[in-house]
Amino acid sequence: MFGRLTIEALPLYSAIAAGGAAVTVGGALLVAIVITWLGAWRYLWTDWLTSVDHKRIGIMYIVLALIMLLRGFVDAIMMRAQQAMALDSGGYLPPEHFDQIFSSHGTIMIFFMAMPFMTGLINIIVPLQIGTRDVAFPFLNSLSLWLTASGAGLVMVSLVIGKFSTAGWTGYPPYSGAEANPGVGVDYWIWAILISGVGSTLSGINFVVTILKRRAPGMTLMRMTPFTWTALCSSVLMIFAFPALTVACALLALDRLFGMHFFTNAHGGNMMNYPNLFWIWGHPEVYILILPAFGIFSEVVATFARKRLFGYESLVYATASIAILSFTVWLHHFFTMGSSPNVNAFFGITTMIIAVPTGVKVFNWLLTMYRGRIDFHPSMAWTVGFMVTFVIGGMTGVLLAIPSADFLMHNTTFLVAHFHNMIIPGVLFGYLAGYMYWFPKAFGFALDRKWGLASFWCWMIGFYLAFMPLYLLGFKGMPRRMEQYNDPSWQPYLMVAAAGAAVVLLGIACLAIQLIVSIRDRRKTADVTGDPFDGRTLEWATASPPPAYNFAVLPEVGDREPFLDMKERGTAYRRPTAYEDIHLPKNSPVGVIVGLMAGVMGFALIWYIWWLAAVCGLVMWIALIARSSDDDAEFRLSAAEVKQIEDARYRRIGSRA
Amino acid sequence: MSIATAHESEAAATHEQRALGFWLYLMSDAVIFALLFATYVIMVNNTAGGPAGRDLFDLRNAGIETALLLVSSTTFGFASLASKTGNRGAVIAWLVVTFVLGAGFVFLELREFAGMIAAGAGPDRSGFLSAFFTLVGTHGLHVSMGLAWIVVLCGQVMLKGLSVPVVSRLFRLGLFWHFLDIAWVGIFSIVYLPGLL
Amino acid sequence: MGVGTALLAGACDLRQAAVIDPKGPIALAQRDLLFDAFVVMMVVVVPVIILTLAFAWRYRRTNTSATYAPKWAESVRLDTFVWIVPALIVVAVAVLVWRSTHKLDPYRPIASSVPPLEVQVVAQDWKWLFIYPEQGVAAVNQLAFPNGRPVSLRITSDTVMNSFYVPQLAGQIYAMAGMQTRLQLLADQPGKFVGRNSMYSGGGFSDQHFEVVSLTPGEFDAWVAKAKQAPAKLDAASYAALAAKSRRNPIAFYSAVEPKLFDSIIAKYTHDHAAPAAAPRR
Repeated sequence: MFGRLTIEALPLYSAIAAGGAAVTVGGALLVAIVITWLGAWRYLWTDWLTSVDHKRIGIMYIVLALIMLLRGFVDAIMMRAQQAMALDSGGYLPPEHFDQIFSSHGTIMIFFMAMPFMTGLINIIVPLQIGTRDVAFPFLNSLSLWLTASGAGLVMVSLVIGKFSTAGWTGYPPYSGAEANPGVGVDYWIWAILISGVGSTLSGINFVVTILKRRAPGMTLMRMTPFTWTALCSSVLMIFAFPALTVACALLALDRLFGMHFFTNAHGGNMMNYPNLFWIWGHPEVYILILPAFGIFSEVVATFARKRLFGYESLVYATASIAILSFTVWLHHFFTMGSSPNVNAFFGITTMIIAVPTGVKVFNWLLTMYRGRIDFHPSMAWTVGFMVTFVIGGMTGVLLAIPSADFLMHNTTFLVAHFHNMIIPGVLFGYLAGYMYWFPKAFGFALDRKWGLASFWCWMIGFYLAFMPLYLLGFKGMPRRMEQYNDPSWQPYLMVAAAGAAVVLLGIACLAIQLIVSIRDRRKTADVTGDPFDGRTLEWATASPPPAYNFAVLPEVGDREPFLDMKERGTAYRRPTAYEDIHLPKNSPVGVIVGLMAGVMGFALIWYIWWLAAVCGLVMWIALIARSSDDDAEFRLSAAEVKQIEDARYRRIGSRA
Repeated sequence: MSIATAHESEAAATHEQRALGFWLYLMSDAVIFALLFATYVIMVNNTAGGPAGRDLFDLRNAGIETALLLVSSTTFGFASLASKTGNRGAVIAWLVVTFVLGAGFVFLELREFAGMIAAGAGPDRSGFLSAFFTLVGTHGLHVSMGLAWIVVLCGQVMLKGLSVPVVSRLFRLGLFWHFLDIAWVGIFSIVYLPGLL
Repeated sequence: MGVGTALLAGACDLRQAAVIDPKGPIALAQRDLLFDAFVVMMVVVVPVIILTLAFAWRYRRTNTSATYAPKWAESVRLDTFVWIVPALIVVAVAVLVWRSTHKLDPYRPIASSVPPLEVQVVAQDWKWLFIYPEQGVAAVNQLAFPNGRPVSLRITSDTVMNSFYVPQLAGQIYAMAGMQTRLQLLADQPGKFVGRNSMYSGGGFSDQHFEVVSLTPGEFDAWVAKAKQAPAKLDAASYAALAAKSRRNPIAFYSAVEPKLFDSIIAKYTHDHAAPAAAPRR
């Protein structure tokens, strides 16, 4: 009836585990109580959860990302604290708890913080930038969101019922196989990733069709914004890379569930296939994450240096080449697996080559700053912080890309420092820059600058303190993922790193305070015109927040910086002579239902509750068939209603007819 | 532009976008199949002392399966043609024939699998067999999904007629069905033939 | 001043870091690769950091004396420069990569006038077994050899994937069940070094370190003699007992080893193959 689920699954074996469960359950309850107290269930359901509006879906993605940033960061602080203490001792964590933490930290940060953050930003902004009403497949958009949330939900549930994987965020067999790890941990990991991976693939398809087919008249490909270009390339990567992850995890699941022999030690298994499959996805994945961040930096630099972006065409070609080359480097993640020198050298060289277009982008941003007039809005601070810090990470990447040198550094804390040196200043600073830049567009009021800058400085200082020691520890030969160690000379470095994590915690606190203060002061910082920073691209031509239909009349585009062009010609904010009816997609509960069912089905598969899995599968199927047979999925906003909304906006701006 | 033509061009645009989206999905599926093919090829000799392809594969059975699928693609083509002339009855009839042929394929495949499992050559016997069952089974699962889709679409044709959305769904099902045909040609050529030659 | 002392202490400590201060030619060559590439990369990294900070400062909004050229966004010359310079650096490093990867191939025996010492390594949960086929002895968690003589390792695992890692001498290579990987190392001088597993393999992973000892030829002979006096012998039964999960195994010796034990450990996973095992290379 309940498969292998028993009362023993509750984390009562350790105070820390029980504490984690209590916080999770308590947090969820608190949220539910607050919503009930505000009487907001109905509103939440009709206006948000069932929404198929790209702007709302994007906001929900970012809310998910920020919550998971907190969760993933708690993991980080727990790890740093453990390692600072655990010299010749077990530290403060119960045995093997550390191993769950490093696994969930990576899994959460990549799949449930970075991916949703990126997808959210692309969702909100790209349709506005290309001058269209919504993405190509609004319902699929909602489905992607709820599949991702469902995967995140599984990871959270693993804190309360059962344990999480100890096989790292990469899950290499045979350690992650049924023989070495028969428990539920690896299964939680597999299903969280498989479910959210489907969501990501669908998002990729959605964005590619949107960008290729729904641009406003006059917007040729070479007139698209840099962010839209990077979103396009990222989305193409999502479509082609995620299937590899699906195959890797599915084959592992088949090994575990049905006793197959893809990756087992014996019976003809070949464990070397897994790293190949995983990293054929894994390397493009890091480019999926970083390209949109590069796009954000391009736009932020141009806007806040008040200057046209330098070398637009170069940037576009660099982006496209990075996307293609990202499929040619995956073996650099396992030079030490014993391939021949020809193979290792080939992949080392391709890894070098991909550094070239990345370098080109850095120079283009520099040359945009040159002879500009820079306003240090927090987003610009994140950008400058990124430029100086990311190159260090790029350099250590080139060092690791030399196979023989990698033999010394692979799987040490040097590697850990390297990839955090790419992801934090690259991906995270980029998304935070985008968050602070586009927040007024999404909500109609700005984020507090002071607290934004405070957050930036804490993150910068905290990052260096936390990760530079790890580079040095790598030189001292310290492997990664160590729960405890016996070399006393490592401890001072680990204590500095722990201090760094504490400074980053301050940075996160500043982010929270920034949000609270900004909400409190929202009337004072209201964005009336929709263009708080004298922007250059189309999203700034709409109201803040934009109406459901984005543009009452779809704009005609004549330049790479269309809104700046309109402002210079005096055609910005001009009232249209006539309005037309607008058709918009109706909200739908099917995305929520399917997402929820996917999560429950994942849970059932993990605990071997076969009947429940079958029921969920059936419900999902029926819901999707019903949805796909629905030909009445739109509603009409009459021209009169549109005029009413637009008139109100023009009144606020105070412009003439 | 008049409202009618505005609507038409909007509908055409929608159909184009859905078709492109579906092509992109098929490409992602193609990557999955490509990786399963690669896995199979790498593991084809990992028989762990158990049976290999030449001990298990029945070329006649594989030949019949191939014929069933290829013919079903043709019959689906007839359904597509009928949809362009608005012939509801013909569309449904050809879809039913396609269904029967596809169901025959799935039946033969399940029978083959059951036979192998009963003979101790199930997917848990060796790496080679895991790869075989997964590659061929994934294709069979896709065909089964296609069969379910045919049923649903027949229902839609009966209830809603050959409306624009229904015909555009038929088009996408056609893409799916023909894609599975191509994947099967790959399976026949890479799995069954080399196993027996 | 506290910071100064800390930095000084750090610098002294790092001078002895395993990678910075290697004890054998392989690790030395690997370290020098790192240094060479680092220097080449500085050609890009230093200007980028300096220019970024310089431009951020000079072109700040309040500095109205700086030129403001809001429409200047194209320059074929600069664009070309910006593609070519990184490309040239990459070509230079690529040549370095090709040559060094072949020269330092872990399967390639170290050129020497002395024949290599063959040692077979088995990764277990959570310790390391070293078999000396020539000498007919085995040791747990201690790899001893004479300095100046190359050591040729054949490595496998009797559990999950591990990574055999001796940072001061040779870097690492994965240990995988049913397969054999190779690594060569050579110590210039006598000394004691640390060896570890660098691939997480479960609860005892943190404790899975071993002692690497480079001895003078006379000391090595004495070591072998000492091993030959150990009461324990390594046969199927004692091997199975050893392979059971355990942590913090003290250094132990076996005075005799069942012939072809190493091969049989690999064959345990591959014996039922009709075809040769899927190994990286022989």
